[in-house]
Amino acid sequence: MSNKLHIAVARRFWCCAVRRARFVLFPTLTALLLTGCGGGLQSVLNPSGPQSEHISGLWWFMLITCTIVFVLVMILLFAAVVKGRKGFPDPIAPPEKETRESERRRGVVVAVATAITIAILFVFIVDSFFVGRGMTAELDRKQGINIEVTGHQWWWEVRYQDVDASSIFTTANEIHIPVGVPVTFSLKANDVIHSFWVPNLHGKKDLIPGKISTIWLQADKPGIYRGQCAEYCGHQHAHMALWIFAEPREQFDAWRRAQIQSAASPATASEQRGQQVFLSSACVMCHAINGTPAGSNFGPNLTHLASRKTIAAATLPNDRQHLAQWVDDSQQIKPGNRMPPNKFSPEDMQALLDYLQSLK
Amino acid sequence: MHSKKAKFVSRNGRALLMLIVVVSACKREQRQFDPPPTTTNPAIVQSELQPGGAPQPQTSTKSPVEENANALSDGKRLFSLYNCTGCHANGGGAIGPALMDETWIYGSDPASIHSTIVEGRPNGMPSFRGKISDYQVWELSAYVRSLSGQLRKDVAPGRSDDMNVHRSEQRVERKTPQQSTIPKAAEQP
Repeated sequence: MSNKLHIAVARRFWCCAVRRARFVLFPTLTALLLTGCGGGLQSVLNPSGPQSEHISGLWWFMLITCTIVFVLVMILLFAAVVKGRKGFPDPIAPPEKETRESERRRGVVVAVATAITIAILFVFIVDSFFVGRGMTAELDRKQGINIEVTGHQWWWEVRYQDVDASSIFTTANEIHIPVGVPVTFSLKANDVIHSFWVPNLHGKKDLIPGKISTIWLQADKPGIYRGQCAEYCGHQHAHMALWIFAEPREQFDAWRRAQIQSAASPATASEQRGQQVFLSSACVMCHAINGTPAGSNFGPNLTHLASRKTIAAATLPNDRQHLAQWVDDSQQIKPGNRMPPNKFSPEDMQALLDYLQSLK
Repeated sequence: MHSKKAKFVSRNGRALLMLIVVVSACKREQRQFDPPPTTTNPAIVQSELQPGGAPQPQTSTKSPVEENANALSDGKRLFSLYNCTGCHANGGGAIGPALMDETWIYGSDPASIHSTIVEGRPNGMPSFRGKISDYQVWELSAYVRSLSGQLRKDVAPGRSDDMNVHRSEQRVERKTPQQSTIPKAAEQP
């Protein structure tokens, strides 16, 4: 009995407390939620290069200006309400007859307010125009590294171009770039429109079939940045992500040298069997492994699969268990994706996993 | 009194009949969600097929999936997953022959299509022996037949996962298969 009473009292107290604290609680919660926006691996508000600094500069400028305007408008509104109440004690009484003078004053106020609004919007337009221009203006002079990114349903094909044909290589979903060097991206699509968006480094740019769009970006701080397809492209649009690894120059060069190499030959008996399974099953119909007869480019290039942190367009961590699930029935993980289920005997599957994990 | 009883019986009888009809539709087919694994190192067979008007060998092998809607829609997906579309487009043909017309070079019966996929054909069609599991080959060959309306309407796929590029297989009129004359490409293999 007393227990129930306690609960009832507690509930009542809690309700009242919540009701009283409403005005404090909700702004605090909102502020807490908003703090989640900054400082992320995928955030416009955490710029890591000159391009995204342009964009975040514009964003802050607009936010601050609009906040000032909003606060001013609110103050004026309250002032008008308070003043109006004093002026008309009886709300039913007919309003005072407007004099010529008050009419003129009101006209001036409205005109000035409109002029200020238009002026602010005009400043925004001019600023965003210069931000847009600033992002593309020096494109021709950015002679750093050229990476060709092709959007597929639902993964990113990444091809490092080079004047030396033997240094061209293809990878997928994970892009390594050196810090402090401009990197040019040629963006293409094969099926539908995708959009390349790494918020920490650049704005969105659409990948349009039959057209090559070019952007450049530069990472000033080493780190990893998450990108995401930003144009709805079908069932698995949400699972079409990518990672950009910005590394010091030496580290990048080492990575690049490793990627140019052909795949490691299978060392153990199990890996050899795994290679046979790969080459004699459906895998070889879509995937390429440089240095083996597998040369199809319908799916991601797997030459250095084990050097990647994730699989399935940054959807799953690249470990044995997830790899096994993905090979066995990827349709359960990303329904609608273009990889058919592959049924192998357990021995064949283990051998195949051994082989895939040896592709460093 | 009597008529009331008759009405009761007839009304309940009708309801019972409808229930039986509805329930009987619950299991119209056996669906296989986990097909057997691909056999490695299958035996190589010498094909007896001839291109063009030559008499086709009559095969008695029956397709296990011709009357299975689920297998057909699987076949439709596999058709793009295994990149059949790369050569045959969506059935209209590109560098490979069209599959939705009435002309057949290597036979239109399920077993012939099955063997075309497994053995490959001269001048382009690769052999998928051992790459695609036998069950999936049957699914694919059944789907290929549905492209020209060879299958029952309630079995053929009614919609696509993606944008429709042609009339759904369900709505295709049946085309009478005709054996083609020897195509130019096959004259000098």
